[in-house]
Amino acid sequence: MQMDFSVIIPEIAMVSLGVLVLILGLILPKKSLPRLGWFTSFSLIGILALVVLNWNNVGTVSGGLYLIDQFSQFFKVIFLTAAILVVFGSMAYVDKHLGGQAEYYSILVFSTLGMMVMASANDFITMYLGLELMTISFIVLVCFRRNDSESLEAGMKYVLLAGISSAVLLYGLSLIYGIAGTVLVVEVGMILAVQQSLPLLLVGVVMLVAGLGFKIAAVPFHMWAPDVYQGAPTPITSFLAVGSKMASFAILIRIFVLGMFGVSLSWGILMAILAGVTIIIGNLVAIPQTNIKRLMAYSGIAQAGYILVGMVTASQAGVKAIMFYGFIYIFAVVGVFTAISYYYNLTGSDEIKDYAGLSQRSPLMAATMVVSMLTMAGIPPFAGFVGKFYLFMTVVENYLWLAIIGLIMSMVSVYYYLMVVLVMYRDRPQDSSPIVVSLPVRMTLIFTMLVSVVLGVYPGPLSEIINKAALSFFMH
Amino acid sequence: MPTPSITLEHYLILGAVLFGIGLFGVLTKKNAIAVLISIELMLCAVNINLLAFNKYITPEAFIGQIFAIFVITVAAAEVGVGLAIIIAIYRNRLNINLEDFDWLKW
Repeated sequence: MQMDFSVIIPEIAMVSLGVLVLILGLILPKKSLPRLGWFTSFSLIGILALVVLNWNNVGTVSGGLYLIDQFSQFFKVIFLTAAILVVFGSMAYVDKHLGGQAEYYSILVFSTLGMMVMASANDFITMYLGLELMTISFIVLVCFRRNDSESLEAGMKYVLLAGISSAVLLYGLSLIYGIAGTVLVVEVGMILAVQQSLPLLLVGVVMLVAGLGFKIAAVPFHMWAPDVYQGAPTPITSFLAVGSKMASFAILIRIFVLGMFGVSLSWGILMAILAGVTIIIGNLVAIPQTNIKRLMAYSGIAQAGYILVGMVTASQAGVKAIMFYGFIYIFAVVGVFTAISYYYNLTGSDEIKDYAGLSQRSPLMAATMVVSMLTMAGIPPFAGFVGKFYLFMTVVENYLWLAIIGLIMSMVSVYYYLMVVLVMYRDRPQDSSPIVVSLPVRMTLIFTMLVSVVLGVYPGPLSEIINKAALSFFMH
Repeated sequence: MPTPSITLEHYLILGAVLFGIGLFGVLTKKNAIAVLISIELMLCAVNINLLAFNKYITPEAFIGQIFAIFVITVAAAEVGVGLAIIIAIYRNRLNINLEDFDWLKW
Protein backbone atom coordinates (compact mmCIF):
# COMPACT_ATOMS: atom_id res chain seq x y z
CA MET A 1 0.00 0.00 0.00
CA GLN A 2 1.38 3.33 -1.09
CA MET A 3 1.27 6.02 1.57
CA ASP A 4 1.05 9.69 0.78
CA PHE A 5 3.58 11.24 3.10
CA SER A 6 3.16 14.71 1.66
CA VAL A 7 0.19 15.41 3.95
CA ILE A 8 2.23 14.85 7.11
CA ILE A 9 5.22 17.00 6.14
CA PRO A 10 4.49 19.47 8.97
CA GLU A 11 4.64 16.67 11.54
CA ILE A 12 7.86 15.31 10.07
CA ALA A 13 9.30 18.82 10.14
CA MET A 14 8.31 19.16 13.80
CA VAL A 15 10.14 15.96 14.76
CA SER A 16 13.22 17.09 12.85
CA LEU A 17 13.10 20.51 14.49
CA GLY A 18 12.79 19.03 17.99
CA VAL A 19 15.78 16.75 17.48
CA LEU A 20 17.77 19.45 15.71
CA VAL A 21 17.34 21.93 18.55
CA LEU A 22 18.50 19.30 21.01
CA ILE A 23 21.60 18.54 18.94
CA LEU A 24 22.36 22.23 18.40
CA GLY A 25 22.24 22.67 22.15
CA LEU A 26 25.05 20.14 22.46
CA ILE A 27 27.37 21.49 19.78
CA LEU A 28 26.84 25.23 20.08
CA PRO A 29 29.06 27.23 22.44
CA LYS A 30 27.31 28.13 25.65
CA LYS A 31 27.10 31.86 25.06
CA SER A 32 25.13 31.47 21.83
CA LEU A 33 22.49 29.25 23.40
CA PRO A 34 20.03 32.14 23.88
CA ARG A 35 19.85 32.40 20.09
CA LEU A 36 18.14 29.01 20.00
CA GLY A 37 14.92 30.80 20.91
CA TRP A 38 15.07 32.85 17.73
CA PHE A 39 15.97 29.76 15.73
CA THR A 40 13.04 27.79 17.17
CA SER A 41 10.53 30.55 16.67
CA PHE A 42 11.49 31.20 13.06
CA SER A 43 11.48 27.47 12.29
CA LEU A 44 8.02 27.24 13.83
CA ILE A 45 6.89 30.14 11.65
CA GLY A 46 8.18 28.20 8.66
CA ILE A 47 6.21 25.10 9.73
CA LEU A 48 3.12 27.24 10.26
CA ALA A 49 3.57 28.52 6.71
CA LEU A 50 3.80 24.88 5.54
CA VAL A 51 0.49 24.07 7.19
CA VAL A 52 -1.20 27.14 5.75
CA LEU A 53 0.18 26.50 2.25
CA ASN A 54 -1.01 22.90 2.41
CA TRP A 55 -4.42 23.97 3.67
CA ASN A 56 -6.30 22.02 1.00
CA ASN A 57 -3.86 19.13 0.82
CA VAL A 58 -6.07 16.77 2.79
CA GLY A 59 -6.00 13.01 3.06
CA THR A 60 -5.39 10.07 5.32
CA VAL A 61 -2.28 8.18 6.36
CA SER A 62 -1.99 4.56 7.60
CA GLY A 63 -5.37 3.44 6.37
CA GLY A 64 -7.42 6.12 8.05
CA LEU A 65 -5.64 6.09 11.40
CA TYR A 66 -4.33 9.56 10.80
CA LEU A 67 -6.59 12.08 9.22
CA ILE A 68 -5.72 15.46 7.77
CA ASP A 69 -8.75 17.61 7.06
CA GLN A 70 -9.40 21.32 7.33
CA PHE A 71 -10.58 20.82 10.89
CA SER A 72 -7.22 19.40 11.94
CA GLN A 73 -5.36 21.95 9.81
CA PHE A 74 -7.12 24.73 11.65
CA PHE A 75 -6.24 23.28 15.03
CA LYS A 76 -2.63 22.89 13.92
CA VAL A 77 -2.61 26.58 13.03
CA ILE A 78 -3.89 27.32 16.54
CA PHE A 79 -1.20 25.21 18.23
CA LEU A 80 1.66 26.50 16.09
CA THR A 81 0.57 30.11 16.56
CA ALA A 82 0.41 29.57 20.30
CA ALA A 83 3.83 27.90 20.28
CA ILE A 84 5.39 30.73 18.28
CA LEU A 85 3.94 33.40 20.57
CA VAL A 86 5.01 31.45 23.66
CA VAL A 87 8.57 31.06 22.36
CA PHE A 88 8.77 34.77 21.55
CA GLY A 89 7.34 35.69 24.90
CA SER A 90 9.52 33.30 26.89
CA MET A 91 13.01 34.07 25.58
CA ALA A 92 13.85 36.61 28.26
CA TYR A 93 12.35 34.41 30.98
CA VAL A 94 14.22 31.29 29.87
CA ASP A 95 17.57 33.05 29.65
CA LYS A 96 17.18 34.60 33.06
CA HIS A 97 15.46 31.93 35.17
CA LEU A 98 15.68 28.54 33.54
CA GLY A 99 18.81 27.89 31.50
CA GLY A 100 18.87 24.63 29.53
CA GLN A 101 17.55 26.48 26.49
CA ALA A 102 18.02 23.54 24.13
CA GLU A 103 16.00 21.13 26.24
CA TYR A 104 13.34 23.74 26.92
CA TYR A 105 12.68 24.62 23.27
CA SER A 106 13.03 21.03 22.14
CA ILE A 107 10.46 19.74 24.63
CA LEU A 108 8.18 22.64 23.77
CA VAL A 109 8.36 21.62 20.12
CA PHE A 110 7.58 18.01 21.04
CA SER A 111 4.57 18.99 23.10
CA THR A 112 3.31 21.01 20.13
CA LEU A 113 3.83 17.92 17.99
CA GLY A 114 1.71 15.95 20.46
CA MET A 115 -1.08 18.47 20.06
CA MET A 116 -0.86 18.26 16.27
CA VAL A 117 -1.10 14.47 16.47
CA MET A 118 -4.15 14.83 18.70
CA ALA A 119 -5.85 17.14 16.22
CA SER A 120 -5.32 14.68 13.38
CA ALA A 121 -5.79 11.39 15.21
CA ASN A 122 -8.71 9.39 13.96
CA ASP A 123 -8.42 6.36 16.21
CA PHE A 124 -8.11 5.85 19.94
CA ILE A 125 -4.51 4.61 19.89
CA THR A 126 -3.16 7.59 17.96
CA MET A 127 -5.19 9.94 20.12
CA TYR A 128 -3.76 8.41 23.24
CA LEU A 129 -0.21 8.61 21.90
CA GLY A 130 -0.60 12.27 20.96
CA LEU A 131 -2.17 13.03 24.31
CA GLU A 132 0.65 11.39 26.23
CA LEU A 133 3.36 12.97 24.09
CA MET A 134 1.85 16.33 24.94
CA THR A 135 1.25 15.54 28.61
CA ILE A 136 4.67 14.07 29.37
CA SER A 137 6.37 16.98 27.61
CA PHE A 138 4.29 19.35 29.70
CA ILE A 139 5.16 17.52 32.91
CA VAL A 140 8.83 18.06 32.18
CA LEU A 141 8.24 21.70 31.29
CA VAL A 142 6.15 22.39 34.39
CA CYS A 143 8.99 21.37 36.70
CA PHE A 144 11.69 22.89 34.56
CA ARG A 145 12.84 25.07 37.45
CA ARG A 146 14.19 21.99 39.12
CA ASN A 147 15.70 23.76 42.10
CA ASP A 148 12.51 25.59 42.88
CA SER A 149 10.23 23.78 45.29
CA GLU A 150 7.03 25.32 43.96
CA SER A 151 7.81 24.28 40.42
CA LEU A 152 8.61 20.73 41.55
CA GLU A 153 5.46 20.54 43.63
CA ALA A 154 3.41 21.67 40.65
CA GLY A 155 5.15 19.05 38.51
CA MET A 156 4.46 16.35 41.09
CA LYS A 157 0.78 17.23 41.27
CA TYR A 158 0.58 17.35 37.51
CA VAL A 159 2.27 14.00 36.92
CA LEU A 160 0.06 12.18 39.45
CA LEU A 161 -3.19 13.73 38.28
CA ALA A 162 -2.26 13.34 34.62
CA GLY A 163 -1.58 9.68 35.30
CA ILE A 164 -4.92 9.19 37.02
CA SER A 165 -6.83 11.01 34.29
CA SER A 166 -5.06 9.01 31.58
CA ALA A 167 -5.98 5.77 33.34
CA VAL A 168 -9.62 6.80 33.64
CA LEU A 169 -9.70 7.93 30.02
CA LEU A 170 -8.12 4.67 28.87
CA TYR A 171 -10.63 2.62 30.83
CA GLY A 172 -13.40 4.48 29.05
CA LEU A 173 -11.73 3.97 25.69
CA SER A 174 -11.31 0.26 26.35
CA LEU A 175 -15.03 -0.08 27.11
CA ILE A 176 -15.99 1.79 23.95
CA TYR A 177 -13.62 -0.43 21.99
CA GLY A 178 -15.24 -3.48 23.52
CA ILE A 179 -18.72 -2.32 22.56
CA ALA A 180 -17.89 -1.18 19.05
CA GLY A 181 -15.18 -3.72 18.22
CA THR A 182 -13.06 -1.05 16.55
CA VAL A 183 -10.94 1.92 17.54
CA LEU A 184 -11.54 4.02 14.42
CA VAL A 185 -13.68 6.97 15.49
CA VAL A 186 -15.75 7.06 12.31
CA GLU A 187 -16.55 3.34 12.50
CA VAL A 188 -17.36 3.66 16.20
CA GLY A 189 -19.81 6.39 15.23
CA MET A 190 -21.52 4.20 12.67
CA ILE A 191 -21.78 1.22 15.01
CA LEU A 192 -23.04 3.20 18.00
CA ALA A 193 -25.61 4.96 15.82
CA VAL A 194 -27.53 1.73 15.20
CA GLN A 195 -27.05 0.17 18.61
CA GLN A 196 -29.37 0.67 21.51
CA SER A 197 -27.93 2.24 24.63
CA LEU A 198 -26.07 -0.20 26.88
CA PRO A 199 -25.25 0.47 30.52
CA LEU A 200 -21.63 -0.36 29.68
CA LEU A 201 -21.64 2.39 27.08
CA LEU A 202 -22.88 4.85 29.65
CA VAL A 203 -20.02 3.91 31.98
CA GLY A 204 -17.60 4.36 29.09
CA VAL A 205 -19.00 7.78 28.24
CA VAL A 206 -18.78 8.95 31.85
CA MET A 207 -15.17 7.72 32.07
CA LEU A 208 -14.28 9.55 28.86
CA VAL A 209 -15.86 12.76 30.09
CA ALA A 210 -14.01 12.46 33.40
CA GLY A 211 -10.66 11.73 31.74
CA LEU A 212 -10.94 14.55 29.22
CA GLY A 213 -12.50 16.81 31.85
CA PHE A 214 -9.19 16.62 33.70
CA LYS A 215 -7.31 17.74 30.61
CA ILE A 216 -9.54 20.71 29.89
CA ALA A 217 -9.79 21.51 33.63
CA ALA A 218 -13.58 21.36 33.85
CA VAL A 219 -15.19 21.40 37.29
CA PRO A 220 -15.18 19.01 39.22
CA PHE A 221 -11.91 17.80 37.69
CA HIS A 222 -10.18 21.17 37.90
CA MET A 223 -8.35 21.04 41.23
CA TRP A 224 -4.92 20.53 39.69
CA ALA A 225 -5.13 23.56 37.43
CA PRO A 226 -4.56 26.47 39.86
CA ASP A 227 -1.65 24.77 41.61
CA VAL A 228 0.05 23.72 38.40
CA TYR A 229 -0.57 27.08 36.73
CA GLN A 230 0.90 28.91 39.69
CA GLY A 231 3.95 26.72 40.14
CA ALA A 232 4.90 26.28 36.49
CA PRO A 233 7.24 28.72 34.71
CA THR A 234 4.94 31.48 33.45
CA PRO A 235 5.42 30.96 29.68
CA ILE A 236 4.61 27.29 30.19
CA THR A 237 1.50 28.26 32.10
CA SER A 238 0.25 30.16 29.09
CA PHE A 239 1.04 27.28 26.77
CA LEU A 240 -0.67 24.88 29.16
CA ALA A 241 -3.71 27.13 29.28
CA VAL A 242 -4.15 27.36 25.53
CA GLY A 243 -2.37 24.43 23.91
CA SER A 244 -3.26 21.64 26.26
CA LYS A 245 -6.84 22.84 26.57
CA MET A 246 -7.52 23.31 22.87
CA ALA A 247 -5.83 20.01 21.94
CA SER A 248 -8.01 18.19 24.45
CA PHE A 249 -11.02 19.92 22.96
CA ALA A 250 -9.93 18.70 19.53
CA ILE A 251 -10.11 15.07 20.61
CA LEU A 252 -13.20 15.74 22.71
CA ILE A 253 -14.93 17.00 19.57
CA ARG A 254 -13.55 14.14 17.50
CA ILE A 255 -14.68 11.43 19.93
CA PHE A 256 -18.04 12.83 20.92
CA VAL A 257 -19.37 14.75 17.92
CA LEU A 258 -18.05 12.29 15.34
CA GLY A 259 -17.87 9.03 17.29
CA MET A 260 -20.96 9.29 19.44
CA PHE A 261 -23.45 11.45 17.59
CA GLY A 262 -25.84 8.47 17.73
CA VAL A 263 -26.05 8.73 21.52
CA SER A 264 -25.69 12.50 21.71
CA LEU A 265 -28.87 12.82 23.74
CA SER A 266 -27.29 10.95 26.65
CA TRP A 267 -24.09 13.01 26.77
CA GLY A 268 -25.50 16.36 25.64
CA ILE A 269 -27.17 17.02 28.96
CA LEU A 270 -24.06 15.80 30.80
CA MET A 271 -21.93 18.31 28.90
CA ALA A 272 -24.48 21.06 29.54
CA ILE A 273 -24.39 20.50 33.31
CA LEU A 274 -20.61 20.25 33.29
CA ALA A 275 -20.35 23.50 31.32
CA GLY A 276 -22.77 25.32 33.63
CA VAL A 277 -21.01 24.20 36.82
CA THR A 278 -17.59 24.98 35.35
CA ILE A 279 -18.61 28.50 34.35
CA ILE A 280 -20.13 29.24 37.76
CA ILE A 281 -17.35 27.80 39.94
CA GLY A 282 -14.51 29.09 37.78
CA ASN A 283 -15.77 32.66 37.83
CA LEU A 284 -16.81 32.75 41.48
CA VAL A 285 -13.56 31.31 42.84
CA ALA A 286 -11.54 33.69 40.67
CA ILE A 287 -12.89 36.69 42.58
CA PRO A 288 -10.94 36.34 45.87
CA GLN A 289 -7.59 35.44 44.24
CA THR A 290 -4.57 37.61 45.01
CA ASN A 291 -2.00 35.90 42.79
CA ILE A 292 -2.39 36.84 39.14
CA LYS A 293 -1.45 33.38 37.87
CA ARG A 294 -4.09 31.76 40.10
CA LEU A 295 -6.61 34.33 38.95
CA MET A 296 -5.83 33.44 35.36
CA ALA A 297 -6.07 29.74 36.22
CA TYR A 298 -9.60 30.12 37.53
CA SER A 299 -10.51 32.38 34.66
CA GLY A 300 -9.12 29.64 32.40
CA ILE A 301 -11.40 27.12 34.09
CA ALA A 302 -14.34 29.41 33.39
CA GLN A 303 -13.21 29.75 29.77
CA ALA A 304 -13.16 25.95 29.46
CA GLY A 305 -16.77 26.06 30.59
CA TYR A 306 -17.68 28.56 27.89
CA ILE A 307 -15.98 26.45 25.24
CA LEU A 308 -17.79 23.33 26.53
CA VAL A 309 -21.06 25.11 25.73
CA GLY A 310 -20.25 24.57 22.07
CA MET A 311 -20.12 20.80 22.63
CA VAL A 312 -23.64 20.51 23.99
CA THR A 313 -25.58 20.46 20.75
CA ALA A 314 -23.06 18.35 18.78
CA SER A 315 -23.81 20.48 15.74
CA GLN A 316 -21.75 22.15 13.05
CA ALA A 317 -22.51 25.54 14.58
CA GLY A 318 -21.15 24.32 17.90
CA VAL A 319 -17.92 23.00 16.40
CA LYS A 320 -17.50 26.25 14.51
CA ALA A 321 -18.06 28.28 17.67
CA ILE A 322 -15.46 26.25 19.56
CA MET A 323 -12.89 26.73 16.82
CA PHE A 324 -13.56 30.45 16.58
CA TYR A 325 -13.40 30.97 20.32
CA GLY A 326 -10.28 28.84 20.59
CA PHE A 327 -8.53 30.99 18.02
CA ILE A 328 -9.35 34.17 19.91
CA TYR A 329 -8.57 32.60 23.25
CA ILE A 330 -4.93 31.87 22.40
CA PHE A 331 -4.18 35.50 21.64
CA ALA A 332 -5.91 36.76 24.76
CA VAL A 333 -4.20 34.27 27.08
CA VAL A 334 -0.75 34.55 25.53
CA GLY A 335 -1.01 38.34 25.65
CA VAL A 336 -1.77 38.39 29.37
CA PHE A 337 0.82 35.77 30.28
CA THR A 338 3.58 37.37 28.22
CA ALA A 339 3.06 40.56 30.18
CA ILE A 340 2.94 38.60 33.45
CA SER A 341 6.15 36.71 32.80
CA TYR A 342 7.98 39.83 31.65
CA TYR A 343 6.84 41.68 34.74
CA TYR A 344 7.93 38.73 36.90
CA ASN A 345 11.35 38.93 35.26
CA LEU A 346 11.74 42.48 36.49
CA THR A 347 10.08 42.39 39.89
CA GLY A 348 10.01 38.71 40.89
CA SER A 349 6.40 38.99 41.96
CA ASP A 350 3.10 37.56 40.72
CA GLU A 351 0.92 39.27 43.30
CA ILE A 352 -1.82 41.48 41.91
CA LYS A 353 -1.10 44.29 44.36
CA ASP A 354 2.41 44.62 42.94
CA TYR A 355 0.94 45.57 39.58
CA ALA A 356 0.11 48.98 41.01
CA GLY A 357 0.79 51.77 38.57
CA LEU A 358 1.83 49.53 35.69
CA SER A 359 0.06 51.89 33.30
CA GLN A 360 2.59 54.61 34.13
CA ARG A 361 5.60 52.35 34.01
CA SER A 362 4.73 50.54 30.78
CA PRO A 363 1.59 51.67 28.95
CA LEU A 364 2.00 48.88 26.41
CA MET A 365 1.96 46.04 28.96
CA ALA A 366 -0.97 47.53 30.82
CA ALA A 367 -2.93 48.12 27.62
CA THR A 368 -2.32 44.57 26.41
CA MET A 369 -3.52 43.14 29.69
CA VAL A 370 -6.66 45.29 29.56
CA VAL A 371 -7.50 44.35 25.99
CA SER A 372 -6.84 40.64 26.56
CA MET A 373 -8.86 40.54 29.76
CA LEU A 374 -11.79 42.38 28.19
CA THR A 375 -11.63 39.91 25.32
CA MET A 376 -11.88 37.04 27.77
CA ALA A 377 -14.74 38.78 29.55
CA GLY A 378 -16.53 39.12 26.21
CA ILE A 379 -16.89 42.89 26.07
CA PRO A 380 -17.49 44.41 22.63
CA PRO A 381 -15.76 45.57 20.47
CA PHE A 382 -13.12 42.97 21.29
CA ALA A 383 -13.02 39.56 19.66
CA GLY A 384 -14.19 37.60 22.69
CA PHE A 385 -17.64 39.09 22.30
CA VAL A 386 -18.08 37.59 18.85
CA GLY A 387 -16.77 34.24 20.07
CA LYS A 388 -19.10 34.12 23.03
CA PHE A 389 -21.98 35.20 20.81
CA TYR A 390 -21.40 32.20 18.52
CA LEU A 391 -21.06 29.85 21.50
CA PHE A 392 -24.20 30.94 23.33
CA MET A 393 -26.27 31.11 20.14
CA THR A 394 -25.89 27.34 19.73
CA VAL A 395 -27.66 26.58 23.00
CA VAL A 396 -30.32 29.32 23.04
CA GLU A 397 -32.88 27.03 21.46
CA ASN A 398 -32.64 23.91 23.63
CA TYR A 399 -30.68 24.92 26.72
CA LEU A 400 -31.66 28.52 27.34
CA TRP A 401 -30.67 28.27 31.00
CA LEU A 402 -27.09 27.52 30.01
CA ALA A 403 -26.90 30.64 27.84
CA ILE A 404 -28.31 32.70 30.71
CA ILE A 405 -25.75 31.29 33.16
CA GLY A 406 -23.04 32.09 30.64
CA LEU A 407 -24.19 35.67 30.23
CA ILE A 408 -24.56 36.36 33.95
CA MET A 409 -21.22 34.83 34.76
CA SER A 410 -19.55 36.82 31.98
CA MET A 411 -20.73 39.90 33.83
CA VAL A 412 -19.25 38.51 37.03
CA SER A 413 -15.94 37.93 35.28
CA VAL A 414 -15.80 41.60 34.28
CA TYR A 415 -15.60 42.38 37.98
CA TYR A 416 -12.40 40.49 38.75
CA TYR A 417 -10.75 41.45 35.47
CA LEU A 418 -11.47 45.10 36.15
CA MET A 419 -10.07 44.76 39.67
CA VAL A 420 -6.70 44.04 38.09
CA VAL A 421 -7.16 46.93 35.66
CA LEU A 422 -8.02 49.20 38.55
CA VAL A 423 -4.82 48.30 40.38
CA MET A 424 -2.79 48.93 37.24
CA TYR A 425 -4.36 52.29 36.38
CA ARG A 426 -5.45 53.83 39.67
CA ASP A 427 -2.81 52.93 42.25
CA ARG A 428 0.53 54.64 42.52
CA PRO A 429 3.62 52.57 41.71
CA GLN A 430 6.18 52.00 44.44
CA ASP A 431 8.94 52.25 41.91
CA SER A 432 7.92 54.59 39.10
CA SER A 433 10.87 54.00 36.78
CA PRO A 434 9.66 53.17 33.25
CA ILE A 435 9.94 49.57 32.05
CA VAL A 436 11.79 48.95 28.80
CA VAL A 437 10.08 46.09 26.99
CA SER A 438 12.43 43.91 24.94
CA LEU A 439 11.85 43.46 21.23
CA PRO A 440 10.38 39.91 21.06
CA VAL A 441 8.07 40.62 23.97
CA ARG A 442 6.97 43.92 22.45
CA MET A 443 6.20 42.15 19.16
CA THR A 444 4.13 39.53 20.97
CA LEU A 445 2.20 42.08 23.00
CA ILE A 446 1.36 44.33 20.05
CA PHE A 447 0.45 41.38 17.86
CA THR A 448 -1.92 39.77 20.38
CA MET A 449 -3.57 43.11 21.07
CA LEU A 450 -4.05 43.82 17.37
CA VAL A 451 -5.61 40.43 16.74
CA SER A 452 -8.06 40.84 19.62
CA VAL A 453 -9.19 44.20 18.27
CA VAL A 454 -9.22 43.37 14.57
CA LEU A 455 -11.11 40.10 14.95
CA GLY A 456 -13.63 41.83 17.17
CA VAL A 457 -14.36 44.53 14.61
CA TYR A 458 -14.06 42.41 11.50
CA PRO A 459 -14.62 38.70 12.19
CA GLY A 460 -16.12 37.90 8.76
CA PRO A 461 -13.22 36.28 6.85
CA LEU A 462 -12.07 34.12 9.75
CA SER A 463 -15.63 33.05 10.36
CA GLU A 464 -15.94 31.99 6.72
CA ILE A 465 -12.75 29.91 6.87
CA ILE A 466 -13.88 28.23 10.08
CA ASN A 467 -17.29 27.50 8.60
CA LYS A 468 -15.65 25.53 5.81
CA ALA A 469 -13.29 23.79 8.21
CA ALA A 470 -16.17 22.78 10.48
CA LEU A 471 -18.05 21.51 7.46
CA SER A 472 -15.07 19.38 6.39
CA PHE A 473 -15.16 17.80 9.82
CA PHE A 474 -18.56 16.26 9.14
CA MET A 475 -17.71 14.95 5.68
CA HIS A 476 -16.25 11.59 6.68
CA MET B 1 -20.45 -32.33 33.57
CA PRO B 2 -18.99 -29.56 31.41
CA THR B 3 -16.05 -27.70 32.87
CA PRO B 4 -16.93 -24.11 33.64
CA SER B 5 -15.06 -21.92 31.18
CA ILE B 6 -13.77 -18.41 31.62
CA THR B 7 -15.93 -15.91 29.80
CA LEU B 8 -15.58 -12.26 28.87
CA GLU B 9 -17.51 -11.27 31.98
CA HIS B 10 -14.88 -12.81 34.26
CA TYR B 11 -12.15 -10.76 32.67
CA LEU B 12 -14.21 -7.59 32.81
CA ILE B 13 -15.00 -8.12 36.48
CA LEU B 14 -11.32 -8.75 37.19
CA GLY B 15 -10.49 -5.54 35.33
CA ALA B 16 -13.13 -3.55 37.18
CA VAL B 17 -11.99 -4.84 40.57
CA LEU B 18 -8.36 -4.07 39.77
CA PHE B 19 -9.33 -0.60 38.58
CA GLY B 20 -11.30 -0.04 41.76
CA ILE B 21 -8.35 -1.10 43.92
CA GLY B 22 -6.08 1.23 41.98
CA LEU B 23 -8.51 4.14 42.30
CA PHE B 24 -8.86 3.48 46.02
CA GLY B 25 -5.09 3.49 46.39
CA VAL B 26 -4.77 6.73 44.45
CA LEU B 27 -7.30 8.44 46.67
CA THR B 28 -6.04 7.17 50.03
CA LYS B 29 -2.28 6.68 49.82
CA LYS B 30 -0.06 9.37 51.32
CA ASN B 31 3.20 8.34 49.70
CA ALA B 32 3.88 9.59 46.20
CA ILE B 33 5.44 6.31 45.08
CA ALA B 34 2.46 4.34 46.37
CA VAL B 35 0.21 6.60 44.30
CA LEU B 36 2.32 5.90 41.22
CA ILE B 37 2.00 2.16 41.90
CA SER B 38 -1.77 2.55 42.22
CA ILE B 39 -1.88 4.32 38.86
CA GLU B 40 -0.02 1.35 37.40
CA LEU B 41 -2.73 -0.94 38.82
CA MET B 42 -5.38 1.11 37.02
CA LEU B 43 -3.45 0.81 33.77
CA CYS B 44 -3.15 -2.96 34.30
CA ALA B 45 -6.93 -3.08 34.59
CA VAL B 46 -7.17 -1.25 31.27
CA ASN B 47 -4.79 -3.74 29.68
CA ILE B 48 -6.83 -6.71 30.94
CA ASN B 49 -9.93 -5.12 29.45
CA LEU B 50 -8.25 -4.50 26.13
CA LEU B 51 -6.86 -8.03 25.85
CA ALA B 52 -10.15 -9.64 26.87
CA PHE B 53 -12.08 -7.59 24.33
CA ASN B 54 -9.48 -8.44 21.74
CA LYS B 55 -9.92 -12.16 22.42
CA TYR B 56 -13.71 -12.26 22.57
CA ILE B 57 -14.90 -9.39 20.35
CA THR B 58 -12.31 -9.01 17.59
CA PRO B 59 -10.27 -12.24 17.60
CA GLU B 60 -9.23 -11.82 13.95
CA ALA B 61 -7.68 -8.36 14.42
CA PHE B 62 -5.04 -7.44 16.96
CA ILE B 63 -6.29 -3.97 17.80
CA GLY B 64 -6.57 -4.56 21.51
CA GLN B 65 -3.15 -6.17 21.79
CA ILE B 66 -1.49 -3.33 19.92
CA PHE B 67 -3.32 -0.83 22.11
CA ALA B 68 -2.13 -2.67 25.24
CA ILE B 69 1.48 -2.60 24.07
CA PHE B 70 1.26 1.15 23.53
CA VAL B 71 -0.31 1.60 26.95
CA ILE B 72 2.52 -0.33 28.60
CA THR B 73 5.18 1.67 26.73
CA VAL B 74 3.70 5.07 27.44
CA ALA B 75 3.04 4.17 31.08
CA ALA B 76 6.71 3.28 31.46
CA ALA B 77 7.68 6.70 30.11
CA GLU B 78 5.25 8.43 32.42
CA VAL B 79 6.48 6.55 35.47
CA GLY B 80 10.04 7.41 34.47
CA VAL B 81 9.23 11.11 34.54
CA GLY B 82 7.22 10.70 37.73
CA LEU B 83 10.07 8.99 39.58
CA ALA B 84 12.52 11.63 38.36
CA ILE B 85 10.31 14.32 39.85
CA ILE B 86 9.96 12.39 43.10
CA ILE B 87 13.74 12.12 43.39
CA ALA B 88 14.16 15.83 42.66
CA ILE B 89 11.54 16.82 45.20
CA TYR B 90 13.04 14.47 47.79
CA ARG B 91 16.42 16.17 47.36
CA ASN B 92 14.67 19.46 47.82
CA ARG B 93 12.58 18.69 50.88
CA LEU B 94 13.76 15.28 52.17
CA ASN B 95 10.14 14.16 52.10
CA ILE B 96 7.72 12.58 49.65
CA ASN B 97 4.62 12.65 51.78
CA LEU B 98 1.84 14.10 49.68
CA GLU B 99 0.14 15.77 52.61
CA ASP B 100 3.12 18.08 53.02
CA PHE B 101 2.96 19.36 49.46
CA ASP B 102 0.75 22.27 50.34
CA TRP B 103 2.84 25.28 49.41
CA LEU B 104 0.55 25.99 46.54
CA LYS B 105 -2.88 26.47 47.98
CA TRP B 106 -5.72 28.94 47.88
